[in-house]
Amino acid sequence: MNGDNGIQVYPTTTWSAGAGCHGACGQKLYVKDGKLIKVEGDENASWNQGRACPRVLAMTQYVYHPDRLTQPLKRVGNRGEGKFEPISWDEAFDTCEAKLKDIREKHGAESVVFAQGTGRDVGGPISFLCYNYGSPNWVQLGLSGQSCYTPRLGAMKATIGDFCVLDASQFSEKRYEDPEWEVPKVIIVWGQNPPPTCPDGFFGHWIVDCMQRGSKIISVDPRHTWMSSRAEYHLQIRPGTDGALALGMLNVIINEKLYDKEFVEKWCYGFDELAERVQQYPVDKVSKITWIPEELIIEAARLYATAKPAAIQWGVPICMNPEGTTVAQAITQLWSITGNIDVPGGNVIARPSHGVTTYPYSTEELVGLYGQELVDKLNKVRIGCNDYPMVKGFRGWAQPDMVIDQINNGKPYPIKGAWIQTANILGGQAARARLHYEALKKLDFVVVVDLFHNPTSMALADIVLPAATFAEKESFRSWWVPLGVMQKTVQVGDCKSDWEINIEMANRLNPNCKYKNPRELINDRLSVANVTFDDVVKNGSQMMPPEGDPSRPYRRHEKGLLRADGKPGFTTETGKVELYCKAYESWGVDPLPFFREPAQGPVSTPELFEKYPLIMITGARSHLFFHSEHRGIPWLREKNPEPYVEVHPETAKEFGVYDGEWIHLENDMGKVKRKVRISLRVHPKMVHTLHSWWKPELKGSEPDLFGVWDYQINQIVPGPQDSDSGFGGGQYKTTLCRLAKIND
Amino acid sequence: MSKFGLLINYEYCTGCHTCEVACQQEHSFDVGKCGIRVTEHVYAAEKKPVAVDYIPFPTELCDLCMKRYNQGELPACVKHCQSFCMSFGKINDLVEKMDQQKRSALFAP
Repeated sequence: MNGDNGIQVYPTTTWSAGAGCHGACGQKLYVKDGKLIKVEGDENASWNQGRACPRVLAMTQYVYHPDRLTQPLKRVGNRGEGKFEPISWDEAFDTCEAKLKDIREKHGAESVVFAQGTGRDVGGPISFLCYNYGSPNWVQLGLSGQSCYTPRLGAMKATIGDFCVLDASQFSEKRYEDPEWEVPKVIIVWGQNPPPTCPDGFFGHWIVDCMQRGSKIISVDPRHTWMSSRAEYHLQIRPGTDGALALGMLNVIINEKLYDKEFVEKWCYGFDELAERVQQYPVDKVSKITWIPEELIIEAARLYATAKPAAIQWGVPICMNPEGTTVAQAITQLWSITGNIDVPGGNVIARPSHGVTTYPYSTEELVGLYGQELVDKLNKVRIGCNDYPMVKGFRGWAQPDMVIDQINNGKPYPIKGAWIQTANILGGQAARARLHYEALKKLDFVVVVDLFHNPTSMALADIVLPAATFAEKESFRSWWVPLGVMQKTVQVGDCKSDWEINIEMANRLNPNCKYKNPRELINDRLSVANVTFDDVVKNGSQMMPPEGDPSRPYRRHEKGLLRADGKPGFTTETGKVELYCKAYESWGVDPLPFFREPAQGPVSTPELFEKYPLIMITGARSHLFFHSEHRGIPWLREKNPEPYVEVHPETAKEFGVYDGEWIHLENDMGKVKRKVRISLRVHPKMVHTLHSWWKPELKGSEPDLFGVWDYQINQIVPGPQDSDSGFGGGQYKTTLCRLAKIND
Repeated sequence: MSKFGLLINYEYCTGCHTCEVACQQEHSFDVGKCGIRVTEHVYAAEKKPVAVDYIPFPTELCDLCMKRYNQGELPACVKHCQSFCMSFGKINDLVEKMDQQKRSALFAP
């Protein structure tokens, strides 16, 4: 598109580094003389309808930041000394190829782990490289219990055979004007503050759009938020007890016969067993566990169950509960027995747009890309497969807590190398962050692919490869809708996209690699939609699945659009929603939901609670930062310059701390600096603080590592995961701590 | 001809800071300068223990994006607002709109 004054305008999709999030926002990039000069929301993109977020609007500061990594680097000093020298891409690729081949020859491909961070446009490229190299150990290293969405995905797949999302009309290009869509009468916003983010293929403000159209909110949140203060019911829950609440609500809905009898009879399996199980969770008991008054639980359950349609929007705390997979299971049962599956304004089945795979979200997609034979072969040595049938049975992750322990102890086989791609493990998701640091330092060879130096690249990297933002690359996205592509609009230094880097490496490591360049791969993956990359670009960089496509709602179970055999029903063994979960049973996991107390807390560890009387909540989303990103972007950082901890006024009085005081949050694992912000937002027995803090303005070389050991909250979050399925139970929301004066 | 202004329906302002960065990008403001600032209000309320509200406040740097207006575009903050809770227009028209929505504030910068 040509504009005035030699400005070219490119509509594109924004998934990946830059804005950072999980969304599929359509943004228009304004380019002049080869330089990005402005970002404007794309009014034609049905996802965001012209809107933008602060992170994407700060892209010019991100793309041309003086600290951007723009050339490949090799380490020339000792590891962590911060001495790097620029090298050519040829030298960088040659070095990586030689080292990785050497490790594979001596120790086997499984001795290299491929570590990514959050779920954006890196999951596709890194799993591609990992599988072409021959390693099974694709991992979100540091993320205890893989506690971010995978436990919920696994629970939905096991129970329903498909994934579900809240229907905010996102599957229709007409959006809220689509006559088929209905506004959810009630939305339970469970463990999430949607406005700050676009989590898991969902635009947070869609909930606000629904509220403006009449949706009533039930907010399940230990904190007071913008959302909770606008809710009909705010269930101020004790962190880590969401499973009990879900069971208590199921108890009310089943015992008061408020469920959808027709749907249950026709489409659900195992209702009687569930009805029996929930008798163990009467509301008075649940109230004591969760700290939520009985009448609120009852009234909220009634409101949800009697509204049609009603929907649930859930967040990462579900996964971070003990036994996160069973908590997620109980919540899927709420929307199942109330008949809110795949109906307008309910929780609709979500499949990758047009059936295109970018980043494998399920075992089926993984097998589709790499074949059953390779997947089976790799599962024999994939870390966690032999210990956790669910980890083996769902998706392809290596179990993160076991990976770090294996790096440490070399059993059952040694880990020698790590390929870390856009994942600031040490400054970000690593629970037991110190242990990760010490273990990873022992590796023979570490590659870090990133956009900026950060504590992880500084501490560990032997080779640093500079990656591109979404504005600088060709890529594609199909998480759920729309089918979107990213256009390359500018080039920054010698940066390359994750796909470019990984396809080049894959060809060097596997002579039979299927694709020679990103365009070949993208067009092949898009072929199931009968389109090419250029077709999608011509359509404004996004397209929606056509009517009748299995990736488009509604009531696909009735129409025979879900199952491979074309019969009505769900893609489970019984063809029904399995309330009694046969997949869980086959994995040795309780087929029915149950509640377990968090590993630390007033009930399970009363003595520890006496010593550390505050439940620390971490990991909430920020409007300004995506996890450990964006701390160096001036327009963003100025609006939240320091790592704060929110402390209730009574708690501040009890500990004798004042607003603005620098203090330590501490427990037996260590202490971390925070600036006190006295606020009514938190419960007196809890404190809340943002995660992933480091300061790019501080010294990068060791021991400073950009202040990571002062500010990284996950140093005092324990591991391993608090779950028997292997998924879920990262203790990011339930760790105990106390406030301590600095210099006391 | 009446003046132009900004009408904020602060029932729906989520404090997302989009208006601020949109303004900074549009005007190429350095850090510290901005034509609009979001303020937060956390207080004990009548029917709920704690209320959380946000409201953007146009500073003296706000020029209502008259350059964009002359090109037929909305002010950068209004266009990008994630809640669609900001309106731009002539004060008289905004007053009428204000009459029909709860919890709003009118600014005539």
